[in-house]
Amino acid sequence: MRAIACRFALAAAAAVVCGLPWATALSQGKPDDPLAVGRQMLAEDNPGELWIERGRTLFYQRRGPKNVSLEQCDFGAGLGKLEGATTGLPRYFPDTDRVQDLESRLLTCMVELQGFKREDLVKTAVSPAGSSGSDVESLAIYITSRSNGMKMNVSLGHQKEFDMYKAGEYLFYRRSGQTDFACVQCHGEANKRIRLQDLVHMTDKKGVQEVTSTWPAYRGAHFVVRTMQWRLSDCFWQMRLPELNYASDVSIALTTYLHYQGNGAVIKVPGFKR
Amino acid sequence: MAEPMKIRATLQGDVADVRILMLHPMETGARRDSKGDIVPQHFIQNVAVTHNGKTVLDAQWSQAVSRNPFLGLRVKGAKAGDKIGVTWVDNKGDKRTDEAPVSAS
Repeated sequence: MRAIACRFALAAAAAVVCGLPWATALSQGKPDDPLAVGRQMLAEDNPGELWIERGRTLFYQRRGPKNVSLEQCDFGAGLGKLEGATTGLPRYFPDTDRVQDLESRLLTCMVELQGFKREDLVKTAVSPAGSSGSDVESLAIYITSRSNGMKMNVSLGHQKEFDMYKAGEYLFYRRSGQTDFACVQCHGEANKRIRLQDLVHMTDKKGVQEVTSTWPAYRGAHFVVRTMQWRLSDCFWQMRLPELNYASDVSIALTTYLHYQGNGAVIKVPGFKR
Repeated sequence: MAEPMKIRATLQGDVADVRILMLHPMETGARRDSKGDIVPQHFIQNVAVTHNGKTVLDAQWSQAVSRNPFLGLRVKGAKAGDKIGVTWVDNKGDKRTDEAPVSAS
């Protein structure tokens, strides 16, 4: 038996144990990029896999006051059909008469089918620091993982979907809040960064596809899986905008805009973020 | 509490490349919660890896190992279908054992 080498290593007995190397999510393409080595290792052994397993268990378990599983939930591909379901999200759902993203749809099912209280779910959907993740986070990454290898294909066929898209586009470009800040100011150019963190160039097809294909992702510094809803609410906090309500129309509008822009991206979760 | 591990063992020649992901809080005992109280130590103390039941690694860990640890090792003389077993025990006596077969690359 021989130990393998890894960064930030700590020797224990004959093997090598390591914490997760810090790696930025982007900044690819440089041939001798030392971060690429760490990123490669993380892609092969992403702790997010553990949340997928947990989500699978939760999905098929009878839960909630009504004691039913989520198998009767329609994510847009048909009742209980998960393959490729998230490629078309957000989309319009006739039963709720709303455009919904994965997480708002998940809330609908957990409330309608399983009888959970919406307020309770929203309160715990984004798990607090130091916890080992929420049910919604685990379920979201499991459901998305069932679309792995498939291409994003969001349609704007319904008027409400188109309206959502336009609202998202408006929000993306509009400067607002006390700092007069718009998403596009950080995400509208290549090679921008905050300190060492590369910012995704979202007005570029490749950049936005990176976003659509890698969420939910394992967030290294949080030690849990995070979702798109979390990413957006954290952006809002960073921009000093009013708190973004979980699964609100504002968040769905931005998701619709980004996901439509990223159409054609191949879903590959769990992603890894620094 | 103890959640399943993810074990991946692939054969490279006569050496099995084993990669293990564990889910564990690995509290150091030095961190304080939002109320200012110390979060008690909670970490994996012992990890044992077996190859067809024979121990190939017996490690004593401390709180210096990161949360949700990753362990990688190479086992000589492994064949496809061999069983790799992993057991960890933490300082609260919690334990978890998982097993995975070695797959041909």
